[in-house]
Amino acid sequence: MNQTNTTSSSINVYLPRDTSALSLGAESIAKQLLKAAEKRGDNLSLIRTGSRGLFWLEPMIEVESPKGRVAYGPVTCADVDSLLAADFLSAGESHPLYLGLTEQIPYLAKQQRVTFARVGITDPVNLGDYRRHGGLKGLRKALAMSPQDIVTQVKNSGLRGRGGAAFPTGIKWQTVLDAADRGQKYIVCNADEGDSGTFADRMLMEGDPFSLIEGMIIAGLAVGATKGYIYLREEYPNAHTILKQAIARAKAEHVLGSNILQSGKSFDLEVRLGAGAYICGEETSLLESLEGKRGLVRAKPPLPAIVGLFGRPTVVNNVLSLATVPEIFARGAEHYHGYGVGRSRGTLAFQLAGNIRYGGLVELAFGATLDTLLNDFGGGTLTQKPMRSVQVGGPLGAYLPEEQWHTPLDYEAFADAGAVLGHGGVVVFDDSVNMAQQARFSMEFCAIESCGKCTPCRIGSTRGVEVIDKITASADANDQHAHAENMSLLEDLCDTMINGSLCAMGGMTPFPVQSAVKYFAGDFDSAPNKTSPTKGAHHA
Amino acid sequence: MATPSRLQGQQQTIDEIVHQHLPLEGPLLPILHAIQSKFGYVPKESVPQIAEPLKLTRAEVHGVISFYHFFRSSPPGHHTVQVCRAEACQAMGARQLESDIKQRLNIDYHQTSAVGEITLEPVYCLGNCACAPSIRVGEQIYGRVDIHRFDDIVEELTTTAVKIML
Repeated sequence: MNQTNTTSSSINVYLPRDTSALSLGAESIAKQLLKAAEKRGDNLSLIRTGSRGLFWLEPMIEVESPKGRVAYGPVTCADVDSLLAADFLSAGESHPLYLGLTEQIPYLAKQQRVTFARVGITDPVNLGDYRRHGGLKGLRKALAMSPQDIVTQVKNSGLRGRGGAAFPTGIKWQTVLDAADRGQKYIVCNADEGDSGTFADRMLMEGDPFSLIEGMIIAGLAVGATKGYIYLREEYPNAHTILKQAIARAKAEHVLGSNILQSGKSFDLEVRLGAGAYICGEETSLLESLEGKRGLVRAKPPLPAIVGLFGRPTVVNNVLSLATVPEIFARGAEHYHGYGVGRSRGTLAFQLAGNIRYGGLVELAFGATLDTLLNDFGGGTLTQKPMRSVQVGGPLGAYLPEEQWHTPLDYEAFADAGAVLGHGGVVVFDDSVNMAQQARFSMEFCAIESCGKCTPCRIGSTRGVEVIDKITASADANDQHAHAENMSLLEDLCDTMINGSLCAMGGMTPFPVQSAVKYFAGDFDSAPNKTSPTKGAHHA
Repeated sequence: MATPSRLQGQQQTIDEIVHQHLPLEGPLLPILHAIQSKFGYVPKESVPQIAEPLKLTRAEVHGVISFYHFFRSSPPGHHTVQVCRAEACQAMGARQLESDIKQRLNIDYHQTSAVGEITLEPVYCLGNCACAPSIRVGEQIYGRVDIHRFDDIVEELTTTAVKIML
């Protein structure tokens, strides 16, 4: 990657190497830009960064100017020549793709970027860049503290697990610190971000992997663990490449390994790839997978904090929980605790996805409403049709109708509304959605991804698909008796899955199903797809 | 299918991969990844070769290979195309896209097309949910895909393949 020309007179140009930017052609633009600039004799240094998370503007190019970085986007290869001609290297304002100062783009200016403070700004694999932007300050402070003081600081920050379960991170760390077992302990980062509508972990790992590495080292110092694993999903090849590069840099510069920053302390870190199993995002299944087994869920207790990886005391935390830790030490627990409402402290990285005009990453303090996200940030649907249903918190989260959009974005308010914030994913559907079809998919997904250990999940999900098919078939045949009978069967089945499943997979799959039934009952009175051949066959 | 000498070469490579990973804690998944990335799949013949040094039964190794969607026991086509079926992509027309793609390639999931040798697989989220619908080809993820963009991607793939064969 010899794209960086370091001569002093050159102008810094920034272009993301984030998956979403690449999925829209960022790599070809990089090549085209370097070629065109060379031809013109323009002297630029192309720095590949993470994404700012303004995905409707990707690929977005930024140029360093005396006033700050100026953005242009969304750029295609065809725009490169005209950008250079419009003097974009001097932050020229005449090009139609000119967006002004990046930091002043309202979508970004209205956010509270804490965990994502550096993402999109720094070169993700340049440790010097990381240091210049405040990196390693937290680690230096933690190195001078006792394990108990580190744990207490995390407790005081109010940080709760960002993977979805929202368990207080400090309490989990305390359990591992207190584990009577004096042998090997582990820090495991759950980077198996399988929920549809979520990409914050990926963006963080691709845009600021050192913050995750630093957070894991601090966790290791806190509980006395010297070994860490990042369990990354196989579907994230770009994050894998960047993480490996970042870990190699950190080792080369003695941030990782033995004698961290000359402290005499050591911490070793490895990335391990999953293999396309959604269930491995469940922490005990993840541990089984790391041990080289099928990803079967373990019964709890014992908690992983006491009997975890290879039977040892283990901290299992989400990417964002760990990546937020350095900031808690750099600026203090009180500073972080100052964000948020009630028992939901700090910020959450919301992800606006699906049918949304301005999709992207929105990091906000807890407490704003869903409606703010959907309309003020999201700008309505991309198809410009009315918004009908919103799924928050991934495939196990409830579908919410408009009457629920005033709900404040905090863990407790969502729980009260029978919904979950989960990992902060928000998937928007317009009025063409059929909610019976969505409910059926929830059951289908559970049937495909269930680990198979417990019956309510393994069998219940398959029966769920069948019952929903019977419901729509009976609606088509206008058989009210069969319809009512199957609706009641579905309700019973959901109840069994919620109360009888071993983990959240079977235990929460009914949430989207029940919410679809509750708020969109009309959709269960007609076939999912009026043009599908199965419906015709049924009538025949 | 494989000639004796090719089989021998394969055996040797697998042995090397297994022994190179043996010092790791929990080496099985890294071994399976390394074998699949080398051969495109995990050959059935390799199961005992993996099981023995790891002190596992063949059933245990087979159980792991079959548990994970990503590991395959038969060779894929020249290219593997994964189509995202998850909710964020559904909201942007993924159901239509998957049916268009199946029709275009004239195959269903887990099959390989006659023309272009493309293996089609479903995937549940590629983390590109603000640029849906998405597909993945090898290490590359494509966003905002419709059937026309899919055609362009496939054309590029198959042209490159011809160049390599020449």
